[in-house]
Amino acid sequence: MSDAVRCCDLRKRYDPRKKEPVDALVGLDLEVRHGECFGLLGPNGAGKTTTIEILEGLLEPTSGSVELLGMRWGSDDNQLRQRIGISLQETRLAEKLTVTETVRLFRSFYRQGRDPGEVLEVVSLTDKPNAWVQKLSGGQKQRLAVACALVGDPQLLFLDEPTTGLDPQSRREIWEIVRQQKSRGYTTLITTHYMDEAERLCDRIAVVDRGKVIAVGTPDELIARLGGDHVIEFALENPAESQDGPLKESYSELPSVTGSRAEADGFVLTVREPHVCLPALLEHTARSNYALARLTTRHASLEDVFVNLTGRHLTEADEEHVPA
Amino acid sequence: MRSYSPFRELFLARMREFYREPAAVFWTYGFPILLTAGLGLAFRNKAPEQIHVGLADSAEVAQLATALDADERFIVESASATECARLLRVGRIDIMVSFDDEAGAYEYRFDPTQPEAVRARLLLDDTLQRSAGREDVLQVAEVQVTEPGSRYIDFLVPGLIGMNLMGGGLWGIGFVTVDMRIRKLLKRLVATPMRRRDLLLSIISGRMVFTVPEMTILLFVAWLMFKIPFAGSLLSFAVVAAVGALSFAGIGLLVASRAQKLETISGLMNLVMLPMWLCSGVFFSSERFPAALQPVIQALPLTQLNNALRAVMLEGSGLGSQWMRLSILTAWGVVSFLLALKWFRWT
Repeated sequence: MSDAVRCCDLRKRYDPRKKEPVDALVGLDLEVRHGECFGLLGPNGAGKTTTIEILEGLLEPTSGSVELLGMRWGSDDNQLRQRIGISLQETRLAEKLTVTETVRLFRSFYRQGRDPGEVLEVVSLTDKPNAWVQKLSGGQKQRLAVACALVGDPQLLFLDEPTTGLDPQSRREIWEIVRQQKSRGYTTLITTHYMDEAERLCDRIAVVDRGKVIAVGTPDELIARLGGDHVIEFALENPAESQDGPLKESYSELPSVTGSRAEADGFVLTVREPHVCLPALLEHTARSNYALARLTTRHASLEDVFVNLTGRHLTEADEEHVPA
Repeated sequence: MRSYSPFRELFLARMREFYREPAAVFWTYGFPILLTAGLGLAFRNKAPEQIHVGLADSAEVAQLATALDADERFIVESASATECARLLRVGRIDIMVSFDDEAGAYEYRFDPTQPEAVRARLLLDDTLQRSAGREDVLQVAEVQVTEPGSRYIDFLVPGLIGMNLMGGGLWGIGFVTVDMRIRKLLKRLVATPMRRRDLLLSIISGRMVFTVPEMTILLFVAWLMFKIPFAGSLLSFAVVAAVGALSFAGIGLLVASRAQKLETISGLMNLVMLPMWLCSGVFFSSERFPAALQPVIQALPLTQLNNALRAVMLEGSGLGSQWMRLSILTAWGVVSFLLALKWFRWT
């Protein structure tokens, strides 16, 4: 069976006629399999929303091909619209309609779909059927937006940063909805800049940066590519040498270390076996007459993957690259 | 399985959003009524204003005072010549009368560019000449028209109704549409299989329905406050108003088809409406403009709507005689709607 989503060499240039056009996408490839929850992970301005809006048929790519459920935009638009569900990054639904009215409205656009009441159950809004949209909390509004995406019973669901700005409880509720969609055997494509969200929710992830995919795989695969799935972070009291000097080089030669980088006031080592590396590290610092200011160990995360790939953190806004 | 009609749901949503928003209800219904009442009161028939006459002290001028004092159209002030000149300058009197000893004649002093002053001169001279014994050569009889049907307010009310149909259509549709665009609701809707014309038609239909109470209330207020007569049939009026509302709904949609900010839409609305407020015969007949401008003025939808409304309300014309006007209005509406559908910015 073919992929649910396939796009090839996607490029998007904003303001092509202006002096300084913005290249939001510079050759992005993506393959999403049927039934999986696929995540586009990347910092703000990486091109996630541009990608998802091109896939949703709301934005024309400058070049490149897109295929959804074996169909293409331009020839099968109505068929596609009937079978996909969308939650945009930012939609303010009509304030004066009730929850049920809003879902009914969206239901009416689809030939086949789910019962509005059933969908409200899925998004846990059954206690608010007659509340006006303006009275809902941020999390409830977002769940209503997802309900509008689900009411057409889509085989392919697009969620653009569905949990941005939500409290932890509301985020977990959104995750639960996505898991239910997966258990129905449907495909979900989600964008996020939260690594924990991608790690917990997605079967596979594409790490997007500066308009292209820089890594694809399951969360475990991506982390495994670091060479070790543990991280040791430490800092020294008054190091005489600069962090990027020979000192950093010497740490990368410690046993079991697969990568090292200087960060803030200290160092971050990626290691296979902390119990092998730690004694060596302590001995090394003692020998070079430095005292440790702090030392922690943890499991490697997608954040480390991103930093390893780009040298930047996910949460650092990539200022110069945000499309207008 | 229940069946859902997208047009019906969209139309219901428009209705609900409207009546659940008190501000929208006020600006659609309350404001036009206040405007009509206010303008009607300002322009209702009232006794002609009295004329302030300044008499410069002298024996000859004093003789005139008796004739003027008896006439309640005049308010007389006697003062020195210099004082009278000052009163004239500051606008306290409309005209000043003095006696020129050298010429042996009376002298009127007034500003001929001021209509009140010219009127004052004519009435004053007429009164003085008659009291001095002048006989009118031509025999005339006067018929004063102050009965309903031929007053200024009767002319004004159909114009105000036309203006409301224009304002309601443009604001009512323009703001709703641009607001939906700003909220990215339009973008969200085209991301569904919704047919685009269903949405545009639901907005227009909503506007048509809101027009019904608006017109009913306006007519009622006009009748209650000013006893506006109604020469034609209510059905003809309803058809003309409906065609007018439809026409301006189409234009409203066109004006709103690209705008992405409320500031832009406000500016565009005013730009579209201002020429029609001025030229389309709301406050005075559009035929007063120079002949060279008439082809343009007659092509404006509000001109045709106001003319049709006056023909039906004041002259009792039937719809048959208004087909040309209704056709022009319909053409505006249909062409605007099609262009709006073509140029509409959904994202």
